Amino acid sequence: MKARAPLPPYRPWGPFLTLFQREILRFLRVSVQTVVTPIITASLYLFVFGATLGERLSVVEDFSYAQFVIPGLILMGVINNSFANTSSSLFMSRYLGQIVDLLVTPISPAQFIFAFTFAAMVRGLAIGLVVWLISLFFAPLPGTFPWLAFGMAALASFLFAQVGLIAAIYSNTFDALSMYSNFLLLPLIYLGGVFYPISILPPFWENLSRLNPLFYLIDGFRHALLGQGDTSLAVSFGVSGALSLALFAWAAALIATGYRLRS
Amino acid sequence: MLFTRPGSRPGVASTAAMTPALLLRNVRKSFDGPPVVKELSFAIAPGEIFGLLGPNGAGKSTTINMVAGVTRLGGGSIEVFGYDNRRDYRITRRLTGVMHQELVTDHFFTIDRALKIHSGYYGAVDDPAWRQRLIDRLGLGPHLHKSMNKLSGGLKRRLMVAKSLIHKPRLLILDEPTAGVDVELRHSLWEFVREINREGTTVLLTTHYLEEAEQMCGRIAIMNHGELIALEPTATLLSRLRDRRFELLLERPLAALPVELLPFGARLEGEGRRLILSPPPERSTGELLALICRLQLPIAEIETRRAGLEEVFLELTGMNRRPARENLG
Repeated sequence: MKARAPLPPYRPWGPFLTLFQREILRFLRVSVQTVVTPIITASLYLFVFGATLGERLSVVEDFSYAQFVIPGLILMGVINNSFANTSSSLFMSRYLGQIVDLLVTPISPAQFIFAFTFAAMVRGLAIGLVVWLISLFFAPLPGTFPWLAFGMAALASFLFAQVGLIAAIYSNTFDALSMYSNFLLLPLIYLGGVFYPISILPPFWENLSRLNPLFYLIDGFRHALLGQGDTSLAVSFGVSGALSLALFAWAAALIATGYRLRS
Repeated sequence: MLFTRPGSRPGVASTAAMTPALLLRNVRKSFDGPPVVKELSFAIAPGEIFGLLGPNGAGKSTTINMVAGVTRLGGGSIEVFGYDNRRDYRITRRLTGVMHQELVTDHFFTIDRALKIHSGYYGAVDDPAWRQRLIDRLGLGPHLHKSMNKLSGGLKRRLMVAKSLIHKPRLLILDEPTAGVDVELRHSLWEFVREINREGTTVLLTTHYLEEAEQMCGRIAIMNHGELIALEPTATLLSRLRDRRFELLLERPLAALPVELLPFGARLEGEGRRLILSPPPERSTGELLALICRLQLPIAEIETRRAGLEEVFLELTGMNRRPARENLG
């Protein structure tokens, strides 16, 4: 064994904490785009579906349409922003070549993935919280299982942070990246029961909707807030949890092998 | 030992049984095609300033990127101060600072924030005094709170040097650090590199300003087509070529080369108007001048030149018959 010189002091959590902080500072630096715009969008949805149409529609017993649609709108904000944070940050880093700044450092794949994910969750859940606060002006919710609701929102945020990482790694152009949000995320959200309960659909479409993983997230979140849903909370958590793990494993494998990150 | 002791360079300790600062063993790499780096092996001793030169596409940047971990190793092994850069990547990356050739900056932050972030990525313990020294020595002070997109190319490059040093690496890799940098900055940059080298940091650099490599590096490796074609102390490398060259511009063209000049490596160019002489070491300059006077050649002008690294480089890479300047780097 050759003599090796002593190493300089090292803070093992340093790389993770720095990247996490950097990711939060990044979205705060462009807060009009990353925080204000999503809140305005959600407020418009709330106004349309809560204050105008909401009083004239009823799709579930015991609740107004506004109360029905609000959980879906909150979760939509959580999902969109979690996805947008990881996907745009990692994609831009790759696109502009800044990723080398990170690749030359001792950050581990686990630190890399969790720093990106947790920052995306901070943004996603913060937007969700603000949308919920605004929704109080339109229609308060019973909040039957608040911790389960929080858990489901966190799970949705975690899951879509992984989707964002995966999309950012596979996309080589802005067009490719926007395909994920326009042709994957948007249809899944809109057809996943944000605006209507799938139980009002014809049986074929109802069964098809059950193949949409977003249905379990949205329904589970709504179930936790209103106390009723199209499927059981256990099934919603089970499906969402399993899917989160699978996507995490996928993203982790890409990052650990350096796929499209290291040449 | 794969390396020899680079003589009198300051900061270089005895290498007899020392762990190399960088050790490459049979390093290979190819990207969907013919190999870019072929069985590359060399070692750099702690404290050296080592130059890695070669024409475009020689595999220098790929080699550097493999050391830094940006490019995956295609084969062989790389050790930094005795640590394997795959198995112990967290240690080797802490020991290494890299400045890449491409200007890369994080547009979201100011210089000050960028330096703190970069230090944090390395898990380095914050050292405000060291950060301040980098800021002062690289002239970043007046620009600390400017946003990246307001910085000139030269400032961005200085920031990249600061970033590569912020975690106090023991091996500093500079890939074309002075590309597109004005003369003054180039000078101060090299002065600073020498300074941190004296303090113990080993330096590996690539540059296409060959005279810089000649002045800075104790040893030089030349790569071509992914292989090492030379690795010697700079002085030895320079002595490879005949080190004197005389160019005589004539008032009238000569019809034929005087036979007396043949032992002095003479040839005629420019339709007999230019006489080039590259005398071998055993022929003295005095002897040559005496002969020229005796022949009463119609001399208009004399230029003399010592062969530099550029000539050695062109000779070794076989580029001396092409318009070479554009091919360097």
